[in-house]
Amino acid sequence: MLLDYPTEKLQPSFAAVFARGLTDPARATPADVVGPRGKAAVKRYNVYRNNVTVSLIDALAATYPAVQRITGVEFFRAMARFHVRATPPTSPLLFEYGRDFPAFIEGYEHAQDMPWLADTARIERAWLDAYHAADVPPLCPDVLAAVPSDRLADLAFTAHPAVCIVRSAYPAVAIFAMNRVEGPITPLRSSTAEDALITRPDMEVAVRLLPPGGAAFLKSLIDGGTLGAAAATAFAETPSFDLPASIAGMIEAGVFTTFHLGDRS
Amino acid sequence: MNAISRRGDIRPDRRLRFPALPVADSAGTSFKHEHLNAILAESPQAGFFEVHAENYMGAGGPPHQALERVRSDHPVSLHGVCMSIGGPQRLDRAHLARFRALVERYEPALVSEHLAWSTHETTYFNDLLPLPYTPATLAQVCEHIDEVQDAIGRPILIENPSTYVAFASSTMSETDFIRAIACRTGCGLLLDVNNVFVSATNHGYAALDYLADFPLAEVGEIHLAGHAEQSDDEGERLLIDSHDGPVADAVWKLYEIVVSRCGPIPTVIEWDSRIPAWPILRAEAAAAQAILDRFTARAAGGDHAA
Repeated sequence: MLLDYPTEKLQPSFAAVFARGLTDPARATPADVVGPRGKAAVKRYNVYRNNVTVSLIDALAATYPAVQRITGVEFFRAMARFHVRATPPTSPLLFEYGRDFPAFIEGYEHAQDMPWLADTARIERAWLDAYHAADVPPLCPDVLAAVPSDRLADLAFTAHPAVCIVRSAYPAVAIFAMNRVEGPITPLRSSTAEDALITRPDMEVAVRLLPPGGAAFLKSLIDGGTLGAAAATAFAETPSFDLPASIAGMIEAGVFTTFHLGDRS
Repeated sequence: MNAISRRGDIRPDRRLRFPALPVADSAGTSFKHEHLNAILAESPQAGFFEVHAENYMGAGGPPHQALERVRSDHPVSLHGVCMSIGGPQRLDRAHLARFRALVERYEPALVSEHLAWSTHETTYFNDLLPLPYTPATLAQVCEHIDEVQDAIGRPILIENPSTYVAFASSTMSETDFIRAIACRTGCGLLLDVNNVFVSATNHGYAALDYLADFPLAEVGEIHLAGHAEQSDDEGERLLIDSHDGPVADAVWKLYEIVVSRCGPIPTVIEWDSRIPAWPILRAEAAAAQAILDRFTARAAGGDHAA
């Protein structure tokens, strides 16, 4: 956003002065900001500081409830406070805020013993994006039946706007599923890498665990690759890749909205 | 307000997607997603619902589905929270376009925004921040309101703020500033009676004096809400506009005085955090409706309350 009021260049606007201290508690109350009849305005200005920081921490807590459940409220709010101060929102749409939070978590000093926490956050971020994504009907389950079998390998697809794949070297899907809802937490002994598929074919967001090779296969298709090319990518990564099951799975999950005959490559 | 028909030439083939339900003389509440099932179970509810525009600026999904279902049986008030009209920098064009799209999509009975700012340069602060009242800020605010009204093709209601600080550089009173805004831009006003009480307490003036000086003839909507209490540097009472509880008795009293002077005006009970079960919020709206009904009956009976 550009500042198009030339006075801003000559002297800072009231908003520039007021804004400086909002996310910087070390700054003094702006000189122009006063209480009534000569009263002080330190605690008064702090109301705004507090509103800004607390409401943005609350926004992160609303987007990342599983992360908060894993870390505990106190740990989460301390971590979120650092992020809010370092990376305040740049959009007035709060559901867009926190896109950089998973990367922040990955580098956060006190979260280094929870290396799977950032991927759990990535799934939660994708969940919210799917929740707000455009409403488009997914492909009908039976449409592929009409395609001649010798043309199947040439099909290319358009991804549903809600679709996202999160690949993790950790059991992030199991950790997400266990912590996203209220309920008992059982010790997780798995250290298996897990890939998540996030979709919302109708009004319910779904998070699925992808089978081995599934993420490579779907990523290739989402990027516009043909079914033949995507299958080759998946088999190269995972020789045991189950192609028919993955095709059935992607239709059932509503990953795509349309298809066409793509270029043979 | 007949700006829609006045500007009807913009979209001559425009057809209403939703029924044109009136809000006159009625009380409504904030619409909260967690109340959706309770609301629909006894739909239509009396009164109307107000939504924060920004919560419906995603492309699709459950928020739009919920609002469409509520809107199909009720009038809706669209309340913008972060246009940053009170700030010195130009409005965010993308945000304005989104706001306009919501007005077109949901055909709200009322459209409002705040006399406040929330964005500076590229940072969004997620709070309604105060501004000094000077001829220069007045010119900026009026320019922004003109821009919003041009974009949506109808007048907007501007809400009086609740504030915790003042500016040494202010040269106008808040009521003079607000009167000048309405006069210059033709916008209406949203009188938040809780904000009047909060600001009066925080700045040490009488709420009744503020109301006596407020251009009540321009008021098209009233807000009522709960507030919280803290203390200032001198240990005196500092009220916080928290929207997290029932409307205070003193605010109900002020509301009754306003309605007795202006007649019935569409009124919203705002409740945005520590949200209660639907029947509790509905009961607050019913209490406002009872006051509105008393003065509606008087107006109908020719017994004009002055």
